[in-house]
Amino acid sequence: MDEKLSRKLRILADAAKYDASCSSSGAPKRKADIDGLGSTTGAGICHAYTPDGRCVSLLKILLTNYCLFDCAYCVNRRSSNVKRARFSVDEVVTLTIEFYKRNYIEGLFLSSGIVRSPDYTMEQMLLVAKKLRREHGFRGYIHLKTIPEASPWLIEEAGLWADRLSINLELPTEQSLERLAPEKDGASIEGAMAQMFERIEEAREERRHFSPAGQTTQMIVGVDDTTDVDVLRSSAKLYGHYDMKRVYYSAFSPIPDSSAILPLKPPPLMRESRLYQADWLLRYYGFNVEEIAASSEKGMLDLDVDPKLAWALKNRHVFPVDVNRAEREMLLRVPGLGARAVDKIVVARKHTTLRLDDVARLTSGLKRAKPFLIAADYHPHGKLDRQELRQRLIEKPQQLSLFA
Amino acid sequence: MSLHCITLKDGADLDGFRRAVRWLMAEELAPQHIVWSLDGTPGLFGDDGMSSAPPISLPRSVARLIELGVCHRDPERYALLYQLVWRVLNGERDLLEIASDPLVHRIDTMARAVRRDLHKMYAFVRFRRMRGEDLERFAAWYEPEHFILETSAPFFIDRFRSLDWTILTPIGSMRWDRHELTFGPPTRREDAPSEDSFEEGWRGYYESVFNPARVNPTAMRAEMPKKYWRNLPETASIPGLIQTASQRVDAMIEQEATMPAKRMPERAIEAMWDQEPKTLEELNAIIAKAGPLVPGATQAVFGEGPKRADIVFVGEQPGDQEDIQGRPFVGPAGKLLDRAMKEVGIDRSKAYLTNAVKHFKFEQRGHRRIHSKPTAGEVKHYRPWLMKELELVRPRLVVALGGTALLALTGKSTPISRSRGRAQFGPYLGYITVHPSYLLRLPDEATKREAYEAFVDDLRHIHDLAQADPETGELPLAAE
Ligand code: SF4
Repeated sequence: MDEKLSRKLRILADAAKYDASCSSSGAPKRKADIDGLGSTTGAGICHAYTPDGRCVSLLKILLTNYCLFDCAYCVNRRSSNVKRARFSVDEVVTLTIEFYKRNYIEGLFLSSGIVRSPDYTMEQMLLVAKKLRREHGFRGYIHLKTIPEASPWLIEEAGLWADRLSINLELPTEQSLERLAPEKDGASIEGAMAQMFERIEEAREERRHFSPAGQTTQMIVGVDDTTDVDVLRSSAKLYGHYDMKRVYYSAFSPIPDSSAILPLKPPPLMRESRLYQADWLLRYYGFNVEEIAASSEKGMLDLDVDPKLAWALKNRHVFPVDVNRAEREMLLRVPGLGARAVDKIVVARKHTTLRLDDVARLTSGLKRAKPFLIAADYHPHGKLDRQELRQRLIEKPQQLSLFA
Repeated sequence: MSLHCITLKDGADLDGFRRAVRWLMAEELAPQHIVWSLDGTPGLFGDDGMSSAPPISLPRSVARLIELGVCHRDPERYALLYQLVWRVLNGERDLLEIASDPLVHRIDTMARAVRRDLHKMYAFVRFRRMRGEDLERFAAWYEPEHFILETSAPFFIDRFRSLDWTILTPIGSMRWDRHELTFGPPTRREDAPSEDSFEEGWRGYYESVFNPARVNPTAMRAEMPKKYWRNLPETASIPGLIQTASQRVDAMIEQEATMPAKRMPERAIEAMWDQEPKTLEELNAIIAKAGPLVPGATQAVFGEGPKRADIVFVGEQPGDQEDIQGRPFVGPAGKLLDRAMKEVGIDRSKAYLTNAVKHFKFEQRGHRRIHSKPTAGEVKHYRPWLMKELELVRPRLVVALGGTALLALTGKSTPISRSRGRAQFGPYLGYITVHPSYLLRLPDEATKREAYEAFVDDLRHIHDLAQADPETGELPLAAE
């Protein structure tokens, strides 16, 4: 690989890394043609992990980090003094294909700073996707970041080539958006999300390819005083209105050459992981935002215990729950029991009566679950009412960050 | 009762195990009477008796679990799996549903380990291009934990079907030459290429996506345990990345917010927003460049007519003739429309004719190209262009010819029969009627004539409406 291309790759990968999304999931299973390259497996594969614990699945790069916009939180904003570079369409195609052949990646996640015009930029990105699909018979994963300011017909095209589309909301409220991303406009972002949502739905019904892995978005956490509950309300809306496959949360992270209107200190990374846990509760555990809000402090999630445990501690009267009898919905509320463990319990108890040992084989979270459940040979009795229960269940602070 | 010894091949001997199980079940030999030996020299027991045993039927989930279980390294795997089979066939058919059963739990755990091993192999094999080969050939050295080489093959074939690749491991090797898969004996690391020209770039990529402000090696090692590192070229960068992380973050935080390099490039921003097509020619160029959004079509067929036409007729999509000639409404339906227009005095050359979908969607049947109706989603892919087109023509009246046009103009599917007549399409005065091709498809002459009359009637209204005063709806006394 030639030196110049390597250098560009470093710059344009570095510039793309603040996007938390990396997943290559959700595409229908595909195989390579006789003379094509690439497949998709459904769940996606992480080909490597970097020392921040994040997965490397797609070749995540920007077409260019030159940008005419000036979003305060972004390294690529026009006023930032960082090194700039720009790939040609063919360079991105070559990198994707050569990396893919060596099994480094699942595919491409292409995003870009806005140069010349939103339409021009978006057209260049589409060109990459088209070339991959048409000229190289590429069947691997393609995720395209949509530019909401681009003309609507470009979105119509993008879904035909991509497996997943996304637009980052970045800031959960209109006010933050106005203050920190002056050129962006909440209405055009939501308009584009709605357009993608409709097309994705129609194509699914018509069994045609249009962004089959749906759309996702990202919000940055900790650039202003928006609370966790505000963020979650925003997410609930995004899931509900646009059928987002994922909302990513990205704890604001110090960037080289940061803007003067940003906080200097990053938020604790724990905040980000609590948001993910709460998000999970909304989607797979039957919780609603108001329940989570009620167990938060001034709109912020408890950093010491996970949100499910926080809810359980504030709602002790509904426990203990009998693993042999309780409804699935109630079992899902037991701290330490994941959805998969609950499903196994529900199936197994049709054939047998579960004792505590049995439950221990089904979950790795028994220690947290114990005060909240009843098994054939076990009852927590007074444990649940003890004052120090919360203290006892606080996770040992994991080494989440060296600097938090 | 005496003990029976069953000898299987080294590695994952699925066939041997299946044969043995069939025979054991036929003989009704309980698990406690069996000793499983893995010394790699099968046949001591005499194959003949075993191969003639009748097949047994197991639930699909059990069969799948066996396929994974035999790949595990645990020397007890066959004994455990046979216990499972024995219990399933002796009254516990739903045994797998009891995930809390100690045996099921143990086998599940083994299967999970094998699945994880496979997944890691799919993730961590790193191909290197072999030197000195004319055609592209790739090879990789990999060390799986369990006996998964054969099980992993379909994944690599599906993904790299057009490549010539070899995977070398200490338990055997396999090569795909684009047509056929062959297995070979165990190999050594030295048999694989030791470098690749893209590795440097890949390592650079890996280093660049790491965010030093989030250093968390524990999380990394949970998913990428150290045992894999020696075969992953990018892991050479790990120690350096971790060591320098805190300095890099400190430097970022301490660095004072700098003065923006370019302050207010208003010009550039204005230029950027000036991206909309301003003329039909510009719009058509965009459509042409995009290419078909439906299967079929040799070229885009644009709207045709004067720039400021009073009436825009919107049809469904170009047909066979239109696709060949590159002009709208030139086939049989277009001819019929011409005739009807002439009857009521609409001058075709003064109207603007276009289609909801700009490409001919068809299916090839022999030599014939059969029109295929665009789906609602496809119609909507073209909708933004149609809207722009109307914005540029700015007609007094927009006519929807048929259901597809109506869908394109309103965004909703409504039957023509219920909405025929005057309408409003956003800012435009509208009129809804049938598509002329509908008239061509009617079976008998009488209905055809009747429908044609109704169509001509509609055109008469359209003609009048287009001349009406847009404010009052009054018809002018004389045309302007
Ligand atoms: S438009 Fe995108 S790349 Fe440009 S400054 Fe804003 S967030 Fe960054």
